Amino acid sequence: MEHHLILRVVTKILVGPILLYALYVQFHGDFGPGGGFQAGVIFAVAFILYGLVFSLRQLRELVPDRIVHQLVAIGLLLYAGTGIVTLFLGGNFLDYNVLSDVGYKGQHWGIITIELGVGITVFAVMLSIYYAFAGRPPQLDDKDW
Amino acid sequence: MDRIFNAEFALGHMNYWLFVILMMTGLYIVVARGNLLKKIVGLNLFQVAVFMLYISMGKVSGGTAPILIDNPNQLYSNPLPHVLILTAIVVGIATTSLGLALIVRINETYGTIEEDEVLEIDHQMHADEVAKVEKLKPAKLDAS
Amino acid sequence: MLSFVSAHSPLLAIVIPLISAPLCMLFGNRTVAFTISTLAVAASFALSIYLLWWVKDGTVLSYHIGGWAPPLGIEYRVDTANAFVLLIVSAMGLLTLPYARTSITDEIDENHHTLFYACYMLCFTGLMGVTITGDAFNVFVFLEISSLSTYVLVALGAKKDKRALSAAYDYLVLGTIGATFFVIGLGFIYMATGTLNMVDLSQRLPAISDSRTVRAGFALIVIGMGLKVAVYPLHRWLPGAYTYSPSAVSVFLASTATKVALYVIIRFMFSVYSARFGFEAVTFQYVILPLALVAMFGASFVAVYQINLKRMLAYSSVSQIGYMLLGLSLLNVEGVSGAFVHMFNHAMTKGALFMAVGAIVFRTGSAMLPNMAGLGKQMPWTSAAIVIGGLSLIGVPSSAGFVSKWVLMSAAFERDWWLIAFLIVGSSLIAVVYVWRVIEVLYLQQPNKDVVVKEAPLSLLVPTWILIITTLWFGLHADFAIGFATTAAENLIQGGFGGKEVIILGVESR
Repeated sequence: MEHHLILRVVTKILVGPILLYALYVQFHGDFGPGGGFQAGVIFAVAFILYGLVFSLRQLRELVPDRIVHQLVAIGLLLYAGTGIVTLFLGGNFLDYNVLSDVGYKGQHWGIITIELGVGITVFAVMLSIYYAFAGRPPQLDDKDW
Repeated sequence: MDRIFNAEFALGHMNYWLFVILMMTGLYIVVARGNLLKKIVGLNLFQVAVFMLYISMGKVSGGTAPILIDNPNQLYSNPLPHVLILTAIVVGIATTSLGLALIVRINETYGTIEEDEVLEIDHQMHADEVAKVEKLKPAKLDAS
Repeated sequence: MLSFVSAHSPLLAIVIPLISAPLCMLFGNRTVAFTISTLAVAASFALSIYLLWWVKDGTVLSYHIGGWAPPLGIEYRVDTANAFVLLIVSAMGLLTLPYARTSITDEIDENHHTLFYACYMLCFTGLMGVTITGDAFNVFVFLEISSLSTYVLVALGAKKDKRALSAAYDYLVLGTIGATFFVIGLGFIYMATGTLNMVDLSQRLPAISDSRTVRAGFALIVIGMGLKVAVYPLHRWLPGAYTYSPSAVSVFLASTATKVALYVIIRFMFSVYSARFGFEAVTFQYVILPLALVAMFGASFVAVYQINLKRMLAYSSVSQIGYMLLGLSLLNVEGVSGAFVHMFNHAMTKGALFMAVGAIVFRTGSAMLPNMAGLGKQMPWTSAAIVIGGLSLIGVPSSAGFVSKWVLMSAAFERDWWLIAFLIVGSSLIAVVYVWRVIEVLYLQQPNKDVVVKEAPLSLLVPTWILIITTLWFGLHADFAIGFATTAAENLIQGGFGGKEVIILGVESR
């Protein structure tokens, strides 16, 4: 792994800002364009870039398959769970108004939570798609570049 | 001449023409191409055409992005079709990745991704199966 | 607690199975996954019965998601028609699960079992959601949830037979084209009306029913859904998908997926567009009716020549769908209720038959007819189930199949379409031929010498026989299904979203 020096350096520089940008898109989604879908994909892109340059094996050590699969489920549960919570707080399914005393604040909390759920699921799904395709033999040898 | 070709009408419905062209291109690829991968590409085009139909339909002429900042009377485009299409895009991604995953599996088990070759193998398997069971001579049960 | 469940019942019927899917994945243990999914489906089934009981006299229940009142918000709307379909789906879902537990042991890799349950629950959620929702675009979303998981379920059959992969691929391409056509149709009517709520659509569409956009939308919706229903010339995906998928998946698909798609056609045709007159009625009389007749005969003839029993049943499904479409295209109360009753009866009958065939495949490893020679002695219970199911498929009196064919024939008589009535009988006679072929192989042929086949395990037999007994029960007590179906048909045929009164469930929307 001594070659591709430029790629490795650039990747190391880029991964951080990409993750940060994903978080910005995620948590700014209720004020402006953005939200879970886009943020999840951008977040996953950072990992996929890492995997492309530093080999899939290393990425899998970092984020094991099991964790990815569980994250898919957790994100979905976060979304549906918000709905269930609103049910028990005395509203309809996904009626965010009941999450807070002031209606619009409740909407805020609700949107942030479910977008977080969406973001986690989309991130995990993108990563698992990448694993599923890239993890298939025959793997590209490093010399084939 | 005006009755046969109305330029204003034709140009004013530009988004529909493009939608029709894109959609038919996609559908044609799905039907006419034998390569399973190309079929998926066609299917994608076909779906993207629909996204275009919806998104162009939500455009209000002169309207901006539907983000309210300070002017409540601001003219903005209809955001609903965009939201609907966000869902449809996700569905499209899921369909594409599932289709590609199936193609990978087909390539692994059949050794080809050409539709006619896959079909031939399918038929051959069926013929083998039939030949195998035909050997088990079905004998009628005696009336006694 | 009870009032809580009651107030949110339409929602809980969908959300409980939806949540169970990620839970199955999270725990990653197949016993736990099986338990979770069974509990979820059972809850959903109980809620469907409760809902059906509530709406049996024509009451309409409406639930507003997120507290947003329609037409802005998404609405779950339960009336007699879809409560009936909900019951079919959830009952079949509940019966298939214990069956699946045994039957997938040698059909699917062991470490894929939890994923199977997760996919199954998503498919179930999707089908229930398509049925219950009152929002046109929501139909598409749920439809794709169910379709995507169905493609996966079909492809899981690849461990046994690699043709499952190409079958799943075909299904994916055609299913996606169908769904996309459906979305284009929705786009057209959204463009013309500016709303996606079905009730709102039904109020706005009559005023502009002459618009070509609205008509094109109708055509696209019918074709798109027709692909999912497997209307005769659009059925190419069906035999492969039913033949090569794991037995449990065949059971569930054959008894629910096409029915739900057919329900969507009914909903759009009668409620959203009022199909009694005009363009929509013409479409059905001159396009769908001939296709239904071709399906009844063509697909039955093809079924006669099949050597693979699963494929034979698949073609028979195509022909049975013809009966349902025939009932719809008669455009009278009896016809529509006949379609509903046949949906119900066919779900039971085909479910039982696919279960029995699955049991044979479980023991012998093959669904080829000659392989089954003489199984009547070795697997007496399974074979008897096939015989009774087959008789119901033909429509022999005292079986469920007879009831629905009787209703359909009386609908044809009511319109004085004698020829149609005779054609219904004629097509049933072809069913006699292919059912007899199976019975002959099972009972009148010498068993293959060196093979000793044991009777199927109880976990496969019990669900099969529950279905067989219900088939017989509803053959003798036809009032149950006919009663609901007639109420549903009367509401549907009036057009729009009638019903006695609309009860808004859940918390008062702000």
